Formats: sequence, C-alpha cells, structure tokens
Amino acid sequence: MPERESTPRQAVISLRGATATLGARPVLRGVDLTVHRGEVVALLGANGSGKSTAVRSVIGQVPLTGGSVELFGTELRRFRRWGRIGYVPQRTTAAGGVPATIREVVASGRLSRTGLRWPGKADRAAVDRAIALVGLADRAKDSVSALSGGQHQRVLIARALASEPELLIMDEPMAGVDLASQEILASTLREQVALGTSVLLVLHELGPLEPLIDRAVVLRDGCVTHDGPPPEALGQHALPGHDHVHPHAAAEPVRTGLLT
Amino acid sequence: MLFEFLNPPFMQRALIAAVLVGITAPAIGIYLVQRRQALMGDGIGHIAMTGVGLGFLLSTSPVWMATAVAVAGAVVMELIRWYGHTRGDLALAMLFYGGMAGGVMLINLSDTGSNANLTSYLFGSLATVSESDVVAICVLAAFVVLVTVGLRRQLFAVSQDEEFARVSGLPVRVLNLLVAVTAAVTVTVAMRVVGLLLVSALMVVPVAAAQQITKSFKVTFVLSVVIGTAVTLTGTVTSYYQDVPPGATIVLLAIAVFVALTALAAPLARRRARASEAKGAECTLEVPPARRGADDVRV
Repeated sequence: MPERESTPRQAVISLRGATATLGARPVLRGVDLTVHRGEVVALLGANGSGKSTAVRSVIGQVPLTGGSVELFGTELRRFRRWGRIGYVPQRTTAAGGVPATIREVVASGRLSRTGLRWPGKADRAAVDRAIALVGLADRAKDSVSALSGGQHQRVLIARALASEPELLIMDEPMAGVDLASQEILASTLREQVALGTSVLLVLHELGPLEPLIDRAVVLRDGCVTHDGPPPEALGQHALPGHDHVHPHAAAEPVRTGLLT
Repeated sequence: MLFEFLNPPFMQRALIAAVLVGITAPAIGIYLVQRRQALMGDGIGHIAMTGVGLGFLLSTSPVWMATAVAVAGAVVMELIRWYGHTRGDLALAMLFYGGMAGGVMLINLSDTGSNANLTSYLFGSLATVSESDVVAICVLAAFVVLVTVGLRRQLFAVSQDEEFARVSGLPVRVLNLLVAVTAAVTVTVAMRVVGLLLVSALMVVPVAAAQQITKSFKVTFVLSVVIGTAVTLTGTVTSYYQDVPPGATIVLLAIAVFVALTALAAPLARRRARASEAKGAECTLEVPPARRGADDVRV
C-alpha cells in the first residue's frame, strides 16, 4: 500500500506469500498480511476461507509450505520473545480435566514472561490486573467450569493480557459470546488499543468491534480478496461467505464447450 | 499394643513404600487427568511388566529394570502421540499388550521367576518389599515430587492448553516427555505396593475423588495427595491384619472415598449455588430484559 510507505511504521506481523496445505488441500495460496505497530486488523472470511490457518501460521502452529513470517522484524524461526504476544485461541471453554480457578488459568498466561523462573510480585500484580481488565476480579477464585461461554472467553483474553503483550492475536474472540460479554470485550480491547497494543483478530462479522478496526483483510479460498478499510455498513452481506447469487455477478462465463 | 504393625521390619519397609506411593501417584496423576489421559498409567504398567521379566531373566533388580523399560515405553508413547495421528491407538495397543505378554514370557523363561513372583508384581505384595526396593522407591519418589511440585506452573499450563503453552514459548515437547517419564517412574514406585495392574487406579481415583468437592487446581492437588496417602496407609495396615491383598484393598478404599465425596458434593454444590444466587441478586438490573432474547440468537 503506497500511502503507508510514505510513513513507514514497524511491522509487528509480516506474512508474505504464505502457502499452506491441510492434507492435500491447499488452504493458503499466497497470502500477504501485514500488521503495523498500533494497528487493529480484522481478518474476515467465510468458514474454510483459511483465516484461522493464516493466524495460526503467524504464530508457528501451522507449518507453511512456502512464504515467510516475521514477528517484530524477526524471522519466526528465530523469534523467542513470546511474552510480547498475547494469543487467544479459538476455544469454547477454558476448562481442563481438573478444576482450576480463573486466577490459575490466567496466571498460566504469565509464563511467557517468567518461563521456568518463579513468579515475583510484579508477575502476580500483572495477573490481577489482567483479571480486573475483563471485569472478573470478584470471581478470580471461582472455578472456570462454573462460567458462561462469554465469561470463558473473557478468561482466555485475560490469560493473553497477563503477559502485558504488545501484540494481541485473537481467533474469533466473539464466537459464542453473549451481548453483555461482547460489550466488555470490546471495551477491554479499546483500552488496550488506546495504550498502543497492535491487534490481529479473526472475525466472522465485524459486530461491536467495528469502530476499533483500522483495516480489514478478507480471505476467500486461501487468497486475499480485500485489504483496506473495513467493508462499511454492509455487515454480513459484504463477506464472501455470505453466498448470494447475484444475477449480474457471473464471474465466469458458462462453459458449454460449444465455442471452443 | 496399638501400633504393633510397626514392629516387623517388612511392615516398616511396606509402610514407607505405601506413603511414597500415596504421595507420588496422585501428584503425577493429576496432570494425566487434566490432559484427559487418565489411562496412560495403565498402559505404562503393562509395558513395565517386560522390565520386571527382564530383571528376573538377567538376575538384576526388577524395580530398576522395570523403571528403564517403563521410561522407554513412555517415551515411545509420547512419540506416537506426536507423529502417529491416524493409527496411534492401534500402535499403543501393540505396545501395551506386547509389553504384558513379553513380561509373562520372560518371567517363565527365567530360573528365579515363578508364578508367585508374577502375581506379586501384578497385584502388589507387602512381604516382598526388600531393603534395596525401598532405596530405589525413595530415590524415584524424590524425582517425581521434584518434577510435579517444582514445575507445577509449567505442567499445569501444558496440560490445560497445549497450543497456548507452545505460543507462550514453553518447551512443550520437553515438558510432555517429562510428564511421560515421571508417570513411568511413578508406576515403578507403586508397583511393589499396589501392583502393576492397579497402579493407574491410584493415579486417577484420588484425583477424581478430590475434584468432586474442589474448585481450584492447587486444592485438588493437595487433597488428592492427602487421599492417596490415607488410603495407601489404611490399606497397607488392613492387609497386615486381615490377610487381604494390599493393592486391591487400597484401590477399593480409594473408590469408597470417591463415592463418599461424590455424595457429599451434591449438597455442597447446592449451597454454593444459593450463595452465588444471593450475590447475583444485587446486579440483575444491569442487563435490560429486552436484550436477553438477542443473547441466544447469535450463532
């Protein structure tokens, strides 16, 4: 994008020409995706368009068959400072096979800073702050299995925030989240962005996060079909997954074989 | 005399072994339950049988041989989990039953091994815990406690959400291997007291019992170790007086605790629900009723 090159900002995520396959099926077919410092980028697309794969390849959870990934200007293979990244995976639950409190789950997000050393006072304070940010301070000692879907998502986001990240990567943070929790998540995110945090989020629709988003990248069948301002006021209809058959939009002429 | 069971030296050895089993089995078991691999200990127990057989055949210590073979088996299991996605379960089946069959065969081939020996390893036996066994069990138990307590934060994170742990930059493969190796070591710690076929029960049942009434990982950990120690000690003493097999007694006691705590859990949960209802009553007005319908419509 030429207008951005005139004011060069550091790219916190730089995915170039990424290709990936699941089994024999190509899922990414040359995806370019850049997130600059302080930017909020939404990755949109239908189910199966490759948006989750793209995000997971950025953090090294899906191996690329071609192309390259850089995080904070460092090649993914050499990147070690994971505390700079807060990752919110696509999950419906924060619970495991054994009871755990909200605080215990959120505290595990601090390990990207502490690693194998013991947590200190500052680490515990960061965990408490992260829990307070998502509005669960009064429930920190409750078991996560007693929470609603939206509260689970808030716990997962607090876990990502516990490392005080410069970059948040979220895979469908609004999936299965009730409206009240969506508002809380949106305001949490707004505060983070105001503090300068860069965000890459996979979304199915823009929803309450729309005002926050600087740029939208739309994927379709593993290719980028749009990279620019978020598709305005069109809501779901703008997305390729929302397959209306428009009579005037016959992209490909019907091949009957009669003329060739 | 009240503590008469403490007098015979074989009982002293058996009780030391029992306490260490009661601590270590739930301590590693909680991570297996957390990652929903509750039956992993059972598989390792089967594999360890080959080690016991090798120990008899080569006239070395069965405990150390079993440790070596169980650790190797656990590492192979972990490798199958990494690489063999499609036929992983069948590969594990080969490993488990091959291990068990190999052990039975080797014991029969050896001069010193007999069916009585085989039974003592399969179901546990107090009278046969030797002094060198106790030394081995102490060393191995120290390793298990060091790993499960010292690395509890890291192991919790890996067992709770493996992908997130990888993105946190934790050495997930090393930690997974460490869990597998520690589980294998625990199997051989517990082998003499509860037997290879019932080892897994002591890793899983105290944890399952504890989590009926707990809310946090920390309390579940402590309570399951308390339950584990209580049932192994009680079971060992009971088998001294009543001449019942210690392994079976211990496991049945653990299941009894599970049933008791489950029965206790229902009224406890009701009380907690009432308490949180009372808390919730103060803030029900925050969400306008008109919005509630919309909450459910979203996909």
